[in-house]
Amino acid sequence: MAIKNIISIIITNYVFRRFLFFLLIIWIASTAIFLIPRLSGQDPVKEKLLLEAQRGGHMQAGLEEMAASYSAKFGLDKPLIVQYGNYMKDLVRFDFGPSIAYFPKSVNSLIGDSVVWTFGLLSVCTFLAFFIGTIAGALLGWPKSPNFLQYVFMPILTLAAIPYYLLALVLIYIFAFNLDWFPLFGGYAVAQLPEWSFSFIGQVIHHAILPASSIVLASLGFWALGMRGMMVTNQGEDFMIAAEAKGLRSIRLFFNYAVRNAILPQTTALALSLGTVFTGSVLVEVIFRYPGLGNTLYQAIKLNDFFVIRGMIFIVIVTLGLATFIIDVTYPLLDPRVSYKKGG
Amino acid sequence: MATANATTQDLTAKTFRRRLEDFWRYVKRNPSLGVGLGLFLSLFLFVAIGYATYEVERYRPLSGGPDLAPFEKDSYNPVTRANGYILGTDRQGRDVMAVMIAGIPLTLQIGLIAGLIGITVGTILAFMAAYYGGWIDQVISTIVDVGLTIPGILILIVIAVNLQSGLSVPQMGLAVSAVAWVWPARTIRAQVLVMREQLYVEIARLSGTSGFSIMFKEMLPNLAPYIGASLVGSVASAILASVGLEALGLGPFDSPTLGMTIYWNIQFSSILHGMWWWFGPPILVLAMIFVGLFLMTAGLDEWSNPRLRKRV
Repeated sequence: MAIKNIISIIITNYVFRRFLFFLLIIWIASTAIFLIPRLSGQDPVKEKLLLEAQRGGHMQAGLEEMAASYSAKFGLDKPLIVQYGNYMKDLVRFDFGPSIAYFPKSVNSLIGDSVVWTFGLLSVCTFLAFFIGTIAGALLGWPKSPNFLQYVFMPILTLAAIPYYLLALVLIYIFAFNLDWFPLFGGYAVAQLPEWSFSFIGQVIHHAILPASSIVLASLGFWALGMRGMMVTNQGEDFMIAAEAKGLRSIRLFFNYAVRNAILPQTTALALSLGTVFTGSVLVEVIFRYPGLGNTLYQAIKLNDFFVIRGMIFIVIVTLGLATFIIDVTYPLLDPRVSYKKGG
Repeated sequence: MATANATTQDLTAKTFRRRLEDFWRYVKRNPSLGVGLGLFLSLFLFVAIGYATYEVERYRPLSGGPDLAPFEKDSYNPVTRANGYILGTDRQGRDVMAVMIAGIPLTLQIGLIAGLIGITVGTILAFMAAYYGGWIDQVISTIVDVGLTIPGILILIVIAVNLQSGLSVPQMGLAVSAVAWVWPARTIRAQVLVMREQLYVEIARLSGTSGFSIMFKEMLPNLAPYIGASLVGSVASAILASVGLEALGLGPFDSPTLGMTIYWNIQFSSILHGMWWWFGPPILVLAMIFVGLFLMTAGLDEWSNPRLRKRV
């Protein structure tokens, strides 16, 4: 009986159910990535190898070796279900095989080289956009804030509709090409090797300003619109009327009552927005030739380097799933109305 | 006979005019809908006038000399093209003006195909989930939740990489529709859940109407405005996804869509060469499309969902 109880507690446990959902995301995504190439009836890896063999280009040396290891590794003659099992085994060990274009470099080392850049850029951008956008939205949805704010923020809100990379193209033309305030491309100066020094860090920041501003400017509106909507909804609630009747000061009403309640849905939106921010930034990185994941993905697509594409997409989905899981699990700590138990 | 005809014509003309006036009055109260429609109307006019008066065939590569600024003399066709082209040419000799005229309808076509399929599939799934409930709802909702967490464009990249051999514009629309149903399914399901509890549905159920005809004869017409409003949003996200894929080099290479124009711009670093006439127009037009659809979604939302009308 005790065991039965424990099992039922585990199954109804909120954290456990979120974790199952996280596993489900990874399973569905990896299965889709496995099945799509089979459904299309083409084998990009084989095609790429053939193409390179015909060209007799710079990869001639590694070709034989690679083709052999490739067919041995994936056992392409074996039935689909065995291939699927092997593929899953590799994924669990985070082994994505070698890159085709940069053989014998592994997919993992290619991703490892670029992940720091993307992680740094996107975490700063997401934080800034969330912070500025939420404040802007709170002020826009507050009846006592000055009118001129409407005219300042409204044009920025419409930027929410525009993809990051269009803004990036405009910014690079104005501030890098015409005004020459910022470098045109790269993560640091061309002749520089990455090192831990103040001048290098300065360079990195100088290079990151334009890509970061295009991401922040274009994603501000999303946060501002959500926050404004919640502030407006809260306006007529009983707790606001009660607080106002108590004669609390306006600033206290704003922060402790209106903002405190409106900000909760914003944190849930944070989980869903991470994917949008990553996919949106891919082309920004390409345009600025920023040495991050997006640019590596773009190069892999151009070179038809399927292992790199697959490995990177898998890792991004795992990261997003994990971030969603963490935000879902911490959410009840922020909002006591959502309980950990089922049906809460 | 003739007079009777004339009066009916008069009447229809009058009601039409009244309708138009009503519509105009509504648009004035709902400026985002008006501005959005205005942006689209100007794009349609641009395309229509362009097709009527311009040599749109010049969107093909090698139509003129490469890298010509607007009105720069074309040394390849010095006799016929002494005055050059209104918007110049790109690195491969496409007339940028012709590319814009031909590209706008192609990009909208991709969005419309994917958006319509997405809304249709999403609506069917939403009705099944919300009306039947139980395990059907559980399965559909879980799949939708998973789909919302996985960015659609990543799955689209895998699809497009594997289809690379010559995608056409309609195929591009089909590919994008593979992920376009997720968001409509989620939002329409929520609406159906609310509607299911309403009295007229209850009465239809009590009078023995089948589930199928309750869903599609009773509830669907009532949800039509909401579904119509979501269609605009779904077309917008389909265009966003397709332009993103094209800019990554995964689009229809033979077609002058706006996304492919962005791709060629990135590929040939038009910005580093200062060729503003090449990258400027597609950026402007795409911004008009996205802002227009965004404003129309906001406006239609207010129209189809009167609870939002409280305050702007």
